[in-house]
Amino acid sequence: MAKMVELDQMEKHFRISKGMFDTSRQVVRAVDRVSFSIEEGEVVGLVGESGSGKTTLARVLLSLTKMTGGKAMIDGVDLSKATKKDLKKLHQEIAVVFQDPASNLNPRQTVESSIMRPMVIHGVPRSEARRKAKEVLDMVKMDQRYLDSYPHQLSGGQLQRIAIARALALSPKIMILDEPTSALDVSVQAQILNLLLDLQEKMHLTYLVITHDLNVIRYISDKIAVMYLGKLVEFGPTEEVTEHPKHPYTKGLMDAAPILDPRLRGRAKELMKGDPGSLINLGTGCRFYSRCKYATAECEKEDPKILNVGFGHQVSCVHPLQ
Amino acid sequence: MKETLLSLEHLSIDYKIKGGYLSAVHDVSMDLYPGEIFAVVGESGCGKSTVAHSIMRLLSGGNAKIEGKILFEGWDLRNYTEKEMEAVRGREIGMIFQNPLDSLNPVYTVGNQVSEAIMLDRVEKQEAMKRAIALFQDVKMPDAGERANSFPHELSGGMRQRVMIAMMLSRDPRLLIADEPTTALDVTIEAQILEIIKELKQTHNTAILMITHNFGLVAEAADKIAVMYAGEVVESGDVFEIFERPMHPYTKLLMQALPRKTKKEGRLQTIDGSVPRILDKKPGCRFANRCPYATETCRTQTPAVAQISETHRCRCFLAPDEIPSDRKGA
Ligand SMILES: Nc1ncnc2c1ncn2[C@@H]1O[C@H](COP(=O)(O)OP(=O)(O)OP(=O)(O)O)[C@@H](O)[C@H]1O
Ligand SMILES: Nc1ncnc2c1ncn2[C@@H]1O[C@H](COP(=O)(O)OP(=O)(O)O)[C@@H](O)[C@H]1O
Ligand code: SF4
Ligand code: SF4
Ligand SMILES: [Mg+2]
Ligand SMILES: [Mg+2]
Repeated sequence: MAKMVELDQMEKHFRISKGMFDTSRQVVRAVDRVSFSIEEGEVVGLVGESGSGKTTLARVLLSLTKMTGGKAMIDGVDLSKATKKDLKKLHQEIAVVFQDPASNLNPRQTVESSIMRPMVIHGVPRSEARRKAKEVLDMVKMDQRYLDSYPHQLSGGQLQRIAIARALALSPKIMILDEPTSALDVSVQAQILNLLLDLQEKMHLTYLVITHDLNVIRYISDKIAVMYLGKLVEFGPTEEVTEHPKHPYTKGLMDAAPILDPRLRGRAKELMKGDPGSLINLGTGCRFYSRCKYATAECEKEDPKILNVGFGHQVSCVHPLQ
Repeated sequence: MKETLLSLEHLSIDYKIKGGYLSAVHDVSMDLYPGEIFAVVGESGCGKSTVAHSIMRLLSGGNAKIEGKILFEGWDLRNYTEKEMEAVRGREIGMIFQNPLDSLNPVYTVGNQVSEAIMLDRVEKQEAMKRAIALFQDVKMPDAGERANSFPHELSGGMRQRVMIAMMLSRDPRLLIADEPTTALDVTIEAQILEIIKELKQTHNTAILMITHNFGLVAEAADKIAVMYAGEVVESGDVFEIFERPMHPYTKLLMQALPRKTKKEGRLQTIDGSVPRILDKKPGCRFANRCPYATETCRTQTPAVAQISETHRCRCFLAPDEIPSDRKGA
């Protein structure tokens, strides 16, 4: 299989000033030397607490923001060396759907013009774009009647279908889905997840799905990437990572996630203490140190190395769990 | 048998809107006992918050028409004067919401706000602050003493929710209403808050009415559950029973729509169609337009509530009525 996305020590640091009078700079290491790859036709789930850098990573891939270090290859194009022409090609190949259904669409545009817009920008003739709009609406199983509707006339689930239709308009190879179902109810979530999987299988798409919901990730993804404070702490096949987590943080996340079966409520679980810390001016060493019950002096000395523990399973911890 | 703490009896709430009445809650009955977590679940707009707010007499808009009884320790709160309700809020019934920032005052430290609440009971200022810090420790606020001097905007979402719980605890209410208390939080913080709520039930014998759309929370913590659909409780009972043997077609479909498997095991169940907005009530089952088992009767007559077992109730023509009961209403 070909690699669709390949990150090698990719980093995105933000410099922020401390305040109005203090002009010294602080560094937010939002994504810090992250390496993993996504094969063509694969669904990778990206999980982690709020502020761990998931959306920032997605924004780099979408070239909405420039990385500050490392390398990112998307479908053979090196992002940091990409020419205008390369970027244009990438904009067609990589599409995004955000969490908030309303934010995906312009409130003053009809569904039809919203879907047509990216095509028109990419120079697709209007008549062709109009035909394609009908086609993608069909793909997300929505009636053609909705072409003339405005966003406020539609439900959350319908808006999310339209956002997906719009993302499909340029026949992308990669879709980034940032919390695609978090704002939706259970029964609508099921419809959207099924739709996403049907499309993915039919068109052999590559997905990066970002979500807080471990039940959703377990259902939809082939592999899971876990981030903590800008670092990739664990990566591997879904079953491996959920059933045999090797990083103490992943284990804590799995234990905290509610299981949809009351019979399992008494299971042994260790609740993580504390909040995720701050990304500002981090020292060296493991970023999970202050919350980790396995921490030793060694963990504080340097960033833990990435270990391969077999079955394509990687962990970044000095004392990986057995 | 234990005494009920809160009983809703045939509670109906209509909002007057342009062009008629929106039936937001219809014929809802439920019983809450001390030391029990009772979850009200359902999809957005099904009437969960309307039920919760009506108990506290906090319905906003001034356009609500209420029928039925809200019995707290046997007394109908609907007959209370505004002043009497004021005394019930906080002291007898506490409430926490999804967004704690809405309920906290931005210009006072959180320690001040909690000690203010304690001083309502004629506790002297220094002592009140001491107790406030102790409460922050109870809710596992990191660095409780220092955090008491923080302003709400300086705290994370999880810490703010801890402040709200501490504030609520300071009055030691007998009933806690929690409306989507963890929806805005990370799963790790959600799990911590859930532990505090479970502890509260165990150590203080507090009854908890938990309003949520998250079935994971229900599976983890609730003792009883009421499933709402389009303003009605369609099924209610013991959590284990409802998860393992749901009886109402809506609950059955919903249980199979939950992502409890991997894609290798097949697609999730979906429910076609969408929730109707009920304007100007007409007879008929509110789920009929989406129900795979609907018959002509379902479209023209309103199903009564069947009592399946001591605690299990179901509003559907297909439900067997096993325990005859004179007091019905799920
Ligand atoms: N433009 C920016 N300038 C400075 N800091 C930023 C900027 N964008 C993001 N950050 C910081 O980078 C970190 C990662 O943010 P990001 O939005 O990627 O998190 P996330 O994992 O998507 O979180 P959530 O789950 O809440 O969506 C945060 O600390 C955030 O405040
Ligand atoms: N003040 C109001 N006026 C008119 N309709 C309202 C008002 N408050 C809520 N509603 C409607 O009542 C129904 C139930 O709302 P709500 O109780 O907030 O549901 P939930 O908490 O289950 O999401 C919804 O259709 C909502 O739009
Ligand atoms: S490196 Fe050390 S502190 Fe970090 S997660 Fe592993 S054991 Fe814990
Ligand atoms: S009463 Fe009829 S329509 Fe309603 S849930 Fe039962 S079978 Fe379905
Ligand atoms: Mg994000
Ligand atoms: Mg609500």
